[in-house]
Order: sequence, then C-alpha cells, then structure tokens
Amino acid sequence: MSVVFEKPHALTDAVLHYCPGCTHGIIHRLVAEVIDEMGIEGDTIGVCPVGCSVMAYDYFNCDMIEAAHGRAPAVATGVKRSLPDKFVFTYQGDGDVAAIGTAETVHAAARGENIVIVFVNNTTYGMTGGQMAPTTLPGQVTQTTPFGRDTAVNGYPIRVVEMLSTLSGTALAARVAVDTVPHVREAKKMIRKAFENQKNKAGFSVVEVLSTCPTNWGMSPVAALKRLQDEMMPYYPLGVYKDEDIHNKKEGNS
Amino acid sequence: MKGNEALAEAAIRAGCKCFFGYPITPQTEVAAYLAKKLPKTGGQFVQAESEVAAINMVYGASAAGVRCMTSSSSPGISLKTEGISYLCGADLPCVIINVQRGGPGLGGIQPSQADYFQATRALGHGDSRVIVYAPNSVQEMVNVVNNAFNLADEYRMPAMILADGLLGQMMEPVEFPETETAEVKKPWATNGHGGSREHNIVNSLYLKPDVLEKSILERDKRYKDIEAKHTTAESFLCDDAELVIVAYGATARVCKSAVNASRAKGIKAGLFRPVTLWPYPKKELVAASSNAKTLLTVEMSTGQMIEDVKLAIECKKPVEFYGRTGGIIPTPAEVLAQIEKITKTLDMEGV
Repeated sequence: MSVVFEKPHALTDAVLHYCPGCTHGIIHRLVAEVIDEMGIEGDTIGVCPVGCSVMAYDYFNCDMIEAAHGRAPAVATGVKRSLPDKFVFTYQGDGDVAAIGTAETVHAAARGENIVIVFVNNTTYGMTGGQMAPTTLPGQVTQTTPFGRDTAVNGYPIRVVEMLSTLSGTALAARVAVDTVPHVREAKKMIRKAFENQKNKAGFSVVEVLSTCPTNWGMSPVAALKRLQDEMMPYYPLGVYKDEDIHNKKEGNS
Repeated sequence: MKGNEALAEAAIRAGCKCFFGYPITPQTEVAAYLAKKLPKTGGQFVQAESEVAAINMVYGASAAGVRCMTSSSSPGISLKTEGISYLCGADLPCVIINVQRGGPGLGGIQPSQADYFQATRALGHGDSRVIVYAPNSVQEMVNVVNNAFNLADEYRMPAMILADGLLGQMMEPVEFPETETAEVKKPWATNGHGGSREHNIVNSLYLKPDVLEKSILERDKRYKDIEAKHTTAESFLCDDAELVIVAYGATARVCKSAVNASRAKGIKAGLFRPVTLWPYPKKELVAASSNAKTLLTVEMSTGQMIEDVKLAIECKKPVEFYGRTGGIIPTPAEVLAQIEKITKTLDMEGV
C-alpha cells in the first residue's frame, strides 16, 4: 500500500495543545512541509514567542529556541548573525509582533535581516484568555474591550505587513489566510517563498497568516472561519505587498 | 590604552565572535572599538534598536553556541535585566559589561558604584545569579574578561564585568597576556542538528512546578560550586591591620593611597579588595580581617556592599561606612580622615 498522506518529518509526535478549531495546527504543518520539501530540517533553527505558540519548541523537529515576549526577531538576529548559512525563522502572534515586540519586528526588517517571520494574526491574545490585541478590529469585543474596541479610546488596529512593506530591508511582505483550501495552498507558497528568500540571502521576509481563535471569539470553528472572511479580510486584505530581492539587486537601495 | 578599549580588545582575544549593543555613556568606546575591529576578525558587530533587543541578540548568539557580549551603562543594564533573567533560565553563557554611572533614573554620566545591589542581587527575576567581576585597573579589566568568558562557558551562565566611568575612561599601560581560551564543547547549542542528533531546545519555560524546581535546584548546585571555587580578592597590609578597609574597583585605588598615608602616620590600616562581587570572597575577608578591631567599607554609593561585608563577618565586628555618590569620587584625604576618626575612637575606647 502506498503512502498518500503523512505527517511532515519536521513535526514531532507531540500532541498539540491548541484548542479545537484553531488554525495554528494548519500553519505549523505548512511550515513543516516547507522545511521537509527544502530538506533543511538539520539546518534550521526556529524561534517561538510568548503567546499561544509558546510551546512550539516541542512541535518542530528542528532546533528550537524559546524567546521572551516580543523578542523573537532579536533572538533570531543573534542566531542568524552567528550562523549565517543556517535557516532561522520565528513563529509569532499579533501581540508579540505588533505590540510588545514592535521595535524588534520593525528593526529586524529595517536591517534586512535574512530571517523569516511567520506572523499569526487572530486579533486577540489567545493564551491569556482573549484580551485586546494590536490587531483587534474596531468594535470587537474582548476581555479588555468588553463593550467593543472603541477607536476613540483604544486607537486603531495595525496593518503589519503594509507597514513593513514600506521598509527598504523587507524582501517579502505578504498576507495569506488558512480558511479555504485555495488559501491554504497560497499560504504555503508564500511561506516557501520566504524560506527561499533566506536561502538566496534576499532580505527580511514576513508572511502574515490570518487565523482563527474560536475559543476566545466564542464561536464554533465554522463560524470563526466565516468571521475571518467577513470581518478580518476586509480590514486585512490578502495579497503580496512587497516582493523584491533587496540584497542582490544590481542598483542601490530603494 | 583606554579602559573601555582594553575591555573590547580583551574580548576579541578571548574569542568573542558577536557583539550587540546600544549607545550609552560612559561605555561608548567599547562599542566603537568593536565596531572597528570585530568585523576584521570575522566577527559580527550589530548596533541594536534598544538595550532590550541587544541582550536578546546575545541570547540568540549564545544559543547558537558562539562567544558573545554586550556592554552598557547603568540605565541600559536595567533594560537588559529581562534578557539576563532569560539567559540564566535557559543556561546560556555570555559576558555583559556595565560601565557604571550615577543613578537612579537617568542619574548622571560620572563614575558610580551604585549598581552593586543590582549586579549581585537583581540582574533579573527568579532564582538567578550572575558572576560579577569588579576590576580596579585597565590591566585587571583585560585579565578578568578572559576569565569571565571561560567561567560563563563552563557553568553555562552570564558573567558581568562591573566597571565604572573612571576605569572605563582612564588610560594605563596594559599587556595582553597569552590567553588560554578554553574550548568548551556545547552539545546543547541550537545550531542545526544536521540530522545527526535529536533536536536541541533552548528554553526557560517549565509549567510544571516540580520540573521547574528541579531545574532551579540543578542550577543552584552550579552556583554553590562557583561559590566554593571561584572567589577572588586582594589583601593589602591586612595581616597586622587594626582597621581593614573594604573597597572594590576604582574606589579601592583611592583607599590604597589612604592606607599608605595612614601607615606613614603609624596607623595600622589595611585594604581588602574583592575582585569577584558574586560570589563574594567571604572566607578571604574573614581571614584578612582576623586581627582587625573594626572595618570600614568605602563605596561610590550610599552603602550597598557593606551588607555583604557584614554578612561575611557575621556582624562580629563593627563595620563603618564612608561613601560619595552621584558621580563624586572620594579622595584619599577624605578616606584618611575617616581612618583617623575611627582609630581615634578605638584609642579612646582603649580597645
């Protein structure tokens, strides 16, 4: 009997702790499939954040580092500068990338660090029970915006990849989603592209993945996917915001 | 050579491959020197976006298995303490330089020793310790840098060089000894398993209390081992001293002059100078002060190390204090005046 489907080698056998219906599992798998397909597990170092994916070090079979909250891009910089020929990726959520770690994210991009950030945006702090995130939508009810996010009080959500696409050091800034099969396939293509960029020393690559949090949104997994499509996608349009080999192009910096 | 530049050169000679820092006075020349020299040795110099980022880059480089360093001055060290705690929790070696300035807050940019409590007690939350060297000359700064890298690697923990603005900025002749860079194998490093081993994990998270306690106790054993084996101190004219001054770093130089001056006046004073502040050279201090009637701690602070002095001698003798702070360096004359005042009281008491 031939094997038609199996778990990627880059994922361990550990049972994931993620809630039912959460899309972290899909995104983990996509990263692992890319690592397998490129044959780079032995040359890859992953950095996990503080947040729901804090224990991702138990799930990936490559060498893994657990970073302080928001500091993963700085940790990844330290690894990459020490081991420039290895692959280094971070796997971070919205609070990590766009609140406590905004400086680390922006400056890793500005330096054109040859790293990959897989940025999982689910518009909430999942691990701590659903507080307002930097990407929480206007009007969205969370534990700390019980009457909905009031932009007059709480300000506005940050569109991360649009912001990072303005930086000269960014090679790839793309937003994908994992709500449908075509979108999952597109998401994998972008993650692959990000790792290929690193192989080519093309610069900083960030792939934002729109994700769901049924538990903290108080929805069924199916309803959560619908919310992603109806509410998140209009505010966070999918697409490639920048795709440019910034280190190897012939002319000077843009 | 300038103190700060000597620190930087010593780091290169000790095999430091990566430096991550953020500009702050008075450590400026450490980074400036490394920016110029480190890339020529195949190393990496990165000016980070913050102290916080810099210490986390150190965390990454250390996890990758290379010798790495950061340097800062007091307010910047406060920012680094989060990262230092994670380095301790993940058992990662590195060297951190603190060229102390006045505090609290922005304080000033003149020399100070007011970060003693922070360096020896509070370089991060949790049950964590950092090896702390307090050199008192440019030459000794060079010497301790190599020791710091070696011990950090051996015990898998951060080590700090606690200097101050005076040591960092002053110029002295210096010799770079043939350093013995201990080649420590790092089988725990996250440098890519290459298909030849299980994946390594660098981590400080243990959600189960019994597992966390076990990891802390294992680390504490290493701390105890360092306390037993790696204290260093210098005793100067302590054997017959009735008054032993305890001072470290730049202040110890001032006190040495005061001791010499008091000896010229027939006063039996001596100087005890800890070189390691953690672990604190307790038994060395007890031995050095065995004939003393009283001790005098002199610091560029309002009195911090004095607590360790009292603990070391178990409060069996009186411990006086003299200090200047806020960036003011005590003069030998001031210290001599203190010595005379104390010895006069001793004579009056007839002890």
